[in-house]
Amino acid sequence: MKVGVLALQGDFREHSNALIACGVDVLAVRRVEELSNVDALIIPGGESTTIAHLAQTFGIFDAIKERISSGMPTYGSCAGMILLADEILDAAKDQKTFGGLEIVVRRNAFGRQVDSFETELEFKDGFPEPLRAVFIRAPWVERVGANVEVLATVKSHPVAVRSKTLLVTSFHPELTGDHRIHQYFVDQVARPAVKKVQ
Amino acid sequence: MAEVTGTGRVKRGMAEMLKGGVIMDVVNAEQAKIAEDAGAVAVMALERVPADIRAQGGVARMSDPDMIEKIQASVSIPVMAKARIGHFVEAQVLQSLNVDYIDESEVLTPSDYENHIDKWNFTVPFVCGATNLGEALRRINEGAAMIRSKGEAGTGDVSNAMMHMRKIGGEIRRLSSLREDELYVAAKELQAPYALVKEVAETGKLPVVLFTAGGIATPADAALMMAMGADGVFIGSGIFKSGNPAQRAAACVKATTFWDDPKVVADASRGLGEAMVGINVADLPAPHRLSERGW
Repeated sequence: MKVGVLALQGDFREHSNALIACGVDVLAVRRVEELSNVDALIIPGGESTTIAHLAQTFGIFDAIKERISSGMPTYGSCAGMILLADEILDAAKDQKTFGGLEIVVRRNAFGRQVDSFETELEFKDGFPEPLRAVFIRAPWVERVGANVEVLATVKSHPVAVRSKTLLVTSFHPELTGDHRIHQYFVDQVARPAVKKVQ
Repeated sequence: MAEVTGTGRVKRGMAEMLKGGVIMDVVNAEQAKIAEDAGAVAVMALERVPADIRAQGGVARMSDPDMIEKIQASVSIPVMAKARIGHFVEAQVLQSLNVDYIDESEVLTPSDYENHIDKWNFTVPFVCGATNLGEALRRINEGAAMIRSKGEAGTGDVSNAMMHMRKIGGEIRRLSSLREDELYVAAKELQAPYALVKEVAETGKLPVVLFTAGGIATPADAALMMAMGADGVFIGSGIFKSGNPAQRAAACVKATTFWDDPKVVADASRGLGEAMVGINVADLPAPHRLSERGW
């Protein structure tokens, strides 16, 4: 299985390193040809407006949207959560998302940078030890659709949710050196979906 | 569970999210919107861009809070603002305005010719300029969560940015080649704390994100800086002092992402109209060189 990391802007190198630590093949994705070579994708932290803008400028936006809607397993952290949401609140003018996940996300919901924080999180899907989570100008999930499961919350706001093939977190596991979320994505989200296709 | 703000990880992590992006100087809400629409990862709110500070002279200070708040209200991307070197009250004011990053900047007139701001005392993160590794590590030791090479702001001449990136990169590579028992003297020579020197020697990079700034005016300039190992680019006067800011801004964003693809940089460079008028750094009398501010 080859996992791509969307490398238009943001902390894509940290995601690549986390994936390598999980023992999967990693490919940086900036072009449509590169996208067609991967089985799964990570959309990194960064500026969601910039990433969406660059994806459109370089003609990869529709290809990503299409792959996601046809079941490519995808994980998005922070900006990636915004870009995978069907609907965003407090969006920039004409801000587009890849969508695919039936959630409503509020951008910068926790506030500006002075409000950015770290905390311990209980992750519902089977981590015995709590997770140290870093939130940076982070979004939260305002509403979830029927097929979306909430995996973690902060002050009752969902900050990690998944559907069958899509996983999103408000926080940045790529910054902490704890690879459990990446391992979870690889083992519990991506592998089962990729296996089915093959 | 307790939520902790202002940690090193949160401050440095914020800069990680800006990587591969362009941060643009803007002086009003209209320019901020143009920057956001062009794909800027953040804007730097200031009253005069460096080229104008240079042309008009006088003392350059922190911007009017009204103007910063108007810019904050007009865009959803992070908004940074500049405080004078050592002016910790300007920094407190900017923190109270909830700016996302403070640039303790040599572009403004310094308020203290010996000390920089003690940046550990703040929740908001700081970016500081550096011309060499020792200066970068001294700023990190004071709490800077992001470094930018200084270049020579307001000139449109990229040569100093190039020199500073080469210098910082070269000094990092040299540290990596030293024996462990040689790092003490290296720390003495760099005038930097031993612990940071040792960390850089081991990892082969700065412990924080390194952007570049000062004199970047074209898509090719931006790509050159990325090729030199910058994590991203500040463009000050280069955009809004040019003939077609919206197009040039978008072009610089493209070239920063695809810095290693000359075809994309070529396309981005087409038909941009007039670039900002340049000043050769060599023609600047020494007292007017901003990069020499900072200690």
